[in-house]
Amino acid sequence: MKPIHCLTASALAGIAALAVAGPATAQDNVLRWSSQAAISNLDPHGTTGALPLSILGNVYEPLVGRDADMQLEPVLAESWEVVNPTTWRFKLRDGVTFHNGNTFNADDVIFSMERVGNKYSFLRDRVAMIEEMNKIDDLTIEFVTKVPYPILPESWTSIYMMDKEWSEENDATVPSNTVENIESFAGQQSNGTGPFTVVERVPETRTVFEPYENYWDEITHNLDQVVYLPITQDGTRVAALLSGEIDMMFPVPLQDIDRLQAGEETEVLIQPELRTIMLGMDQRRDDALQTEPEGNPFKDKRVRKAIYQAIDIDGIQEKIMNGLSEPAATLISPLLFAPAGKMERYPYDPEASRKLLAEAGYPDGFKTALVCTNNRYVNDERICQAVTSMLARVGIDVELRTMNVTQYWKVVGRPVQEFAMYMMGWTPGGLDSYSVLFNLMGSWDEESGRGRINNGDFANDRIDEIVAAVESETDQVKRDALIQEAYQIVHDEVFYLPLHQQAVVWGVRKGVEVVQRPDDYFQYKTARITR
Amino acid sequence: MFRFVSGRLAQSLLVMFLVAAVAFSLFGFVGDPIRQMITEDASQAEIERLRDMMGLNDPVIEQFWRYISGAVQGDFGVSYFHKRPVGALIAERLPATFELAGLSVLLSIVIGIPLGVYTGLNRNGRIARLLMAVSLVGISIPTFLIGILLIYLFSVILGWLPSFGRGETVSVLGGYWTTGFLTSSGLQSLILPSITLALFQTTLILRLVRAEMLDVMRTDYIKFARARGLGKRTVNFRHALKNTLMPVVTVIGLQLGGVIAFAIITETVFQWPGMGRLFLQSIQQVDIPVMSAYLIMIAFFFVVINLITDLTYYAIDPRLRTNALKGNAHA
Repeated sequence: MKPIHCLTASALAGIAALAVAGPATAQDNVLRWSSQAAISNLDPHGTTGALPLSILGNVYEPLVGRDADMQLEPVLAESWEVVNPTTWRFKLRDGVTFHNGNTFNADDVIFSMERVGNKYSFLRDRVAMIEEMNKIDDLTIEFVTKVPYPILPESWTSIYMMDKEWSEENDATVPSNTVENIESFAGQQSNGTGPFTVVERVPETRTVFEPYENYWDEITHNLDQVVYLPITQDGTRVAALLSGEIDMMFPVPLQDIDRLQAGEETEVLIQPELRTIMLGMDQRRDDALQTEPEGNPFKDKRVRKAIYQAIDIDGIQEKIMNGLSEPAATLISPLLFAPAGKMERYPYDPEASRKLLAEAGYPDGFKTALVCTNNRYVNDERICQAVTSMLARVGIDVELRTMNVTQYWKVVGRPVQEFAMYMMGWTPGGLDSYSVLFNLMGSWDEESGRGRINNGDFANDRIDEIVAAVESETDQVKRDALIQEAYQIVHDEVFYLPLHQQAVVWGVRKGVEVVQRPDDYFQYKTARITR
Repeated sequence: MFRFVSGRLAQSLLVMFLVAAVAFSLFGFVGDPIRQMITEDASQAEIERLRDMMGLNDPVIEQFWRYISGAVQGDFGVSYFHKRPVGALIAERLPATFELAGLSVLLSIVIGIPLGVYTGLNRNGRIARLLMAVSLVGISIPTFLIGILLIYLFSVILGWLPSFGRGETVSVLGGYWTTGFLTSSGLQSLILPSITLALFQTTLILRLVRAEMLDVMRTDYIKFARARGLGKRTVNFRHALKNTLMPVVTVIGLQLGGVIAFAIITETVFQWPGMGRLFLQSIQQVDIPVMSAYLIMIAFFFVVINLITDLTYYAIDPRLRTNALKGNAHA
């Protein structure tokens, strides 16, 4: 049949004509990278998501940041000091300009802080401690807090500075906000002090950055352009890295790590992440849900310890996490709180576990249930399945329910809390040890919000005392000692069952150097192209 | 006549109303959007304040009324996640989906019909049998797998074609439409996803045309045409093919809605910035305004296409009209 031959021939010719190896650009050092989600909004105060905040961190800058080892470092503030327990004085860096050429000074800081504190801002909580702000001179500013607030700089590492004049000229003084249908000018245009500027945006498709030549710090990267291309599907993202369409991407799905390591053109960077995965138990109800026999076994410390010692965390690390997890003895990463590294897990010991259960009056174990996410943490569902079968070995018969993270919060979060046991992952806001203490370990107090994430609702008077004491303790050493004491109580009483910190995995093409950070922030200024 | 048309219209409106009700009920049943919008350590007061701001604490009827009256005016609210009006989000993504779906339908027609004719005419030929076997594979392999296989072969191994995205696009029609047809990277980017999406349609059309051809070739008028000594080509294409195309056109029309709706998977695999991906994302993010708007829009497509089909049949098929006079119009 003639028509068909013609068709196939012309189609093939068409494909062949188009099959050139990718678009060539005039620029030599273009770094293309990808992660899961698009940045829908450039407003630095219009989002709380880690990924958008990390990307915007190349365009905007905070007063105080964190270096690759998560230590505080001066960025737009040269130095800061505590004048008295409720007053902080920040010295600003001289000679910093915004991308539009305006000079950065104390007025911009005051404006930015007010904007973050705006009632439409999702980051409001981060500046709620400020009572007043006083401009001493153009480069000095004092913050007065309502109560002593020792972790002020830690709370502000993602609070970015905007240009007062630019925001006012463009009517962008109010942050973008979903609810109020506020589409700020700053959501579509940007003007920061950071090492890169946004030069082009195609929604959902790409965001293009170029270096800012008047950046205040020494420029060590050699990039002419950075292109961010969101790719949601794991498989497609891996394929794009393998085919060389992108130079770097994260997260790398665990099952593809070997593939990328074996590739001649690709390699994998791995680091422990800051998020801690844990199990919690209902310690409030007198009769635990879905639990037989009647009563609440989780109120008995021996039972909690029995569950702890029945979990083979090294097995989970090896079999489920491909070796890419760091078993945890407490609810915070040693990267964020050094003393956490000295704490030790109770050993895995099914025998001891059975003994404890018998002592507690459950010689034949008991029936209970566990709620887990299936789309939030690395291999969350599989971890829970493993825990379920490990507990079955010591006679605890667990009914497992997994659900997506949104439903999960509805079930597990306040005030519903419908679970006997639940799994949770937590990265402390402000990356501070106190946040874990306050949110996860204190007992629930509606007034102050203490213990809001303590979904198992255990209460310990000494921990609550410590929470109050730490709030106003400005001596770092004393403060750390107090926090550690609270962590030790949680460990001794087995209020939680910490599991591990998962890993951050980045995939990179050879010839591209990037600095990986445990908070998954990709800083363009630390990258180099060497190919 | 009037009764038939107005009855059909009333039915369509009822369907749309029901879909709107289902779409609205999403707001009550699917997860808590608030949880998606704030960090894990936001305070209880903050959450309550947001609920109030979003009107989530108003009576359901009031919320539904607000929703329906907005939807009728094309206002579907603001996306929880993108923080922009849903209408604008969909308008931005419409071109990507339409170009992909349009090209796929075109491909499936251009490939499916000739191959269908060929296999219909040469029932026992070796090539025809091979084609039939391949078409079975095309019908049975899931779309996402086809997409991944194509990416693996043409992007990872051969490095010929892009594995994701739309490439360079150009704004046309005063900025209301973006097209990938005018740049080489845009065209390259269209190839894999459109083949992926077209494969199922192609096999469907191929098999349909073949079956129709086989039927028609057995009819008397074809025998007579041959007996009259008309050329093979005239018989096959003038007489046979023409008569097979009526049902095929109907199916293609109905498939068009399907292709737009089911572009979801292809768009997800290829990171195609279209409506389907927006919808899938909105499910993951519990972005209910987007979800419900998409549902209503797809329902609207189908309702309109169905309505047109019904009315066309009514115009073509006189039997319907006599029935309508008796007052029981069942198409």
